[in-house]
Amino acid sequence: MYLAAGGTLVKAKSKFAIGAGIIVIAISCLAYVGAQQSKTYYHTISEIPTLSGSALHQRLRVGGDVKTGSIQHYSGRTDFVLMEQGKGMPVSYVGTDPLPDTFKDGAQCLVEGKVQPDGRFVAETVQAKCASKYEAAPGQSQPSGGAPAAYPDGKG
Amino acid sequence: MDIFGSYALLLAFAFAVYAIAGGIAAIVTRRPLLIKSARNAGFAVCALIWMGTASLVYLFYTDNYAMAYVAAHSNRNLAPYYKFSALWSGQEGSLLFWSFLLSIYVFSVLFTYRGKHPELMPYVGVVMAGVQIFFLTMNNFIASPFRVFSAAGPGGILHLVTRPDGSGLNPLLQYPEMAIHPPTLYSGYTGFTIPFAFALAALLGRYPGEKWIHLTRRWTMIAWAFQSAGILLGAHWAYAVLGWGGYWGWDPVENASLMPWLTGTAFLHSVIMQEKRGMMRVWNVWLVFLTFMLCILGTSLTRSGAVNSVHAFAESNIGHWFWGFLLLIIIVCLAAYFKNRDYLRSDNQLDSMLSRESSFLFNNLILLVACVAVLAGTLFPVLSEAVRGSKISVGPPFFNRVNIPIAMFLLFLTGVGPLLAWRKTSVESLKKNFGMPLIGGCIAAAIAVAMGLREFYVGLCLLLGVFVTLTILAEFYRGARVISARTGANLLFAASQLTMRNTRRYGGYVVHFGMVLVFIGISGTAFNQDKQMDMKAGSVMTIGPYSLHLQNFDSDQQPNYSSERATIDVDRDGRSVMMLYPTRRFYPSNQESGTMVAISSTMREDLYVVYAGTNPDTNLPVIHAYLNPLVKWIWLGGVIVVLGTILALIPNRQAVMVMSAAPAGASPLPGGPQPVRASFSARSKLPENHE
Repeated sequence: MYLAAGGTLVKAKSKFAIGAGIIVIAISCLAYVGAQQSKTYYHTISEIPTLSGSALHQRLRVGGDVKTGSIQHYSGRTDFVLMEQGKGMPVSYVGTDPLPDTFKDGAQCLVEGKVQPDGRFVAETVQAKCASKYEAAPGQSQPSGGAPAAYPDGKG
Repeated sequence: MDIFGSYALLLAFAFAVYAIAGGIAAIVTRRPLLIKSARNAGFAVCALIWMGTASLVYLFYTDNYAMAYVAAHSNRNLAPYYKFSALWSGQEGSLLFWSFLLSIYVFSVLFTYRGKHPELMPYVGVVMAGVQIFFLTMNNFIASPFRVFSAAGPGGILHLVTRPDGSGLNPLLQYPEMAIHPPTLYSGYTGFTIPFAFALAALLGRYPGEKWIHLTRRWTMIAWAFQSAGILLGAHWAYAVLGWGGYWGWDPVENASLMPWLTGTAFLHSVIMQEKRGMMRVWNVWLVFLTFMLCILGTSLTRSGAVNSVHAFAESNIGHWFWGFLLLIIIVCLAAYFKNRDYLRSDNQLDSMLSRESSFLFNNLILLVACVAVLAGTLFPVLSEAVRGSKISVGPPFFNRVNIPIAMFLLFLTGVGPLLAWRKTSVESLKKNFGMPLIGGCIAAAIAVAMGLREFYVGLCLLLGVFVTLTILAEFYRGARVISARTGANLLFAASQLTMRNTRRYGGYVVHFGMVLVFIGISGTAFNQDKQMDMKAGSVMTIGPYSLHLQNFDSDQQPNYSSERATIDVDRDGRSVMMLYPTRRFYPSNQESGTMVAISSTMREDLYVVYAGTNPDTNLPVIHAYLNPLVKWIWLGGVIVVLGTILALIPNRQAVMVMSAAPAGASPLPGGPQPVRASFSARSKLPENHE
């Protein structure tokens, strides 16, 4: 077996390499198609006005805080303003799922959808999270010094 | 107690430093007393971590709201068992919990091998202590769970401030599974430290042969079983609690737990190559290094929010520490490898494409490709920002497109691999071993197509699933028949005899069967339906064969939450079959709500009903119903995977009774543990059956 192995050994190895190459190439193609299909661009609110051309028609994901008092329910849609570093962006949520309970004034919010020519963001999905108390709540990062004041109403 | 706990952790840190320094000194000087002393330091580290953890638990149970961590994750009305699980509900606590679980593994390893393998164990102790030091650094200096509230009193003297009540545990975590899912998954993450420590130790110490593989086999299997169970429990939690009708969303945190599982699975298979054929030594060492790195990466993704930052949610400061630690691991591994790589040369080469070896190679290749794809998809925002300057994330279509074909190929290999002979398989034996199972699979798929199945991947999954199941059954049958013929026992008893004689092999088959069920369950996703409706008392919704009659709504007041509940009478084909109670809960302590999904689960399908919220237009409650076929197969498959792993962990029983009955010089029994070289003589009789 071993004596004859010289030839078959190289053959088996190169066969394996060919097989492996086919698999890797096939998977890469699938990955490329899948990525094209589902890619979502992440932008900050201040970047949105600077977008132009094709970038405007892509699926975007934008994060920010819900401006206090801006939530308005209409039939079939919910409007609100998303704030980030002092800049605001009007958003219309048109998805079918009810908005999450965590979606309220001041919540951290992530919207996914497309920008309309008039600058309004039409969101199909909205994720929201209470201004985080699970991570980096004040008073944990600064353990000493007036921490109780950081919890005025029993939550961070 | 907080002072006790923090001092215990500080002392643990000091002892861990000693365990490393003393361990290195012991390796250099080879003095037995130093070896023993470093080992004892390792024991002390573990004991101290246990004390630290116990004191945090004590603080939770005594409602000590001067503690920042306790106040942030518990409240007085929290049910007692959740006060325990609150331990790992936040960052500081879960890092301590990591240390705690790791210390259990470290203690077990040090204890099991005390006084044995004097060439290897000091290295192992040093590596383990190194990992412990990192986590103890986090526990002590970066994210201590023992911080207290204080305020400056008159004269500027700080004094403790105790808050009247805590802000409560995240409602999403107030669910039984959340109490067992993190410990299970973390036991997986931490468990891979042990094979990593042995691999690095063997490489550093140039420890001869495959002994480290033998020593770590069981540890790897334990970690793997925990990881598998942890992933599935997490999926079940997401399914039963989050109320979105699915169990897997390719979320970064989910991906983080899947990646080490993929490489760990590859490792479990490729070590067999090294044991039997002395091949793939370099590969195995790197595979286990990679698995450990992915565990650290997974922990960091879970805890630090490095990728979540893409979602613009709070980012924490511990990410840098994890990246630093990861970099350090990579440097140490590379250095050890380049220094001692000559020690990892292979004994053998690949002989033929139609061999067990090549099936293992493909198994490893495909698992690695899957892991790379998942990693790339998870880190896509980070990568794209570095390369193109814009953050781009990819969604489920990316992951599904890549991983479904990979899963199908893996399923195929699961059936084929174990029946291929080492070195080279003849075409005749292929026909003999695979003919019937393949025909069976094709028949099953043909029946499904005739009945109207039009999903390509589901058909393929069914075909391969039946094929793999039949090959496994055939394996049991062949072996059991031989034993039964020799002992006269019935086939079932003979099959259990067979299993106990080579638990690793037959336990492995059981695991494979469990995976088949998991895959079949996942393939049911192709037929998911869902429907959403505003409903009031008297409304009816139909989905599939079910119609949901909404009877009424009621509310309930509990100490820790208030709830609203819908009562739904479910008909199937016109007959009333059950009542479902989807519920929403509101937790006043943290102003959050949670949903309690009502699921009616059968092997055929799950009816999954969510009280989704209130429609702001109509002010009516919204009910969202899902019909998810075959989901139960996934959980059942998961249970079988874990049972199979436990079976494989049982030591082999020697076939004393059978051997005495067999004539002297008989050919080795199928399924008996045999080294491959010794069994070449038996090849003519049992060409494909030796392990």
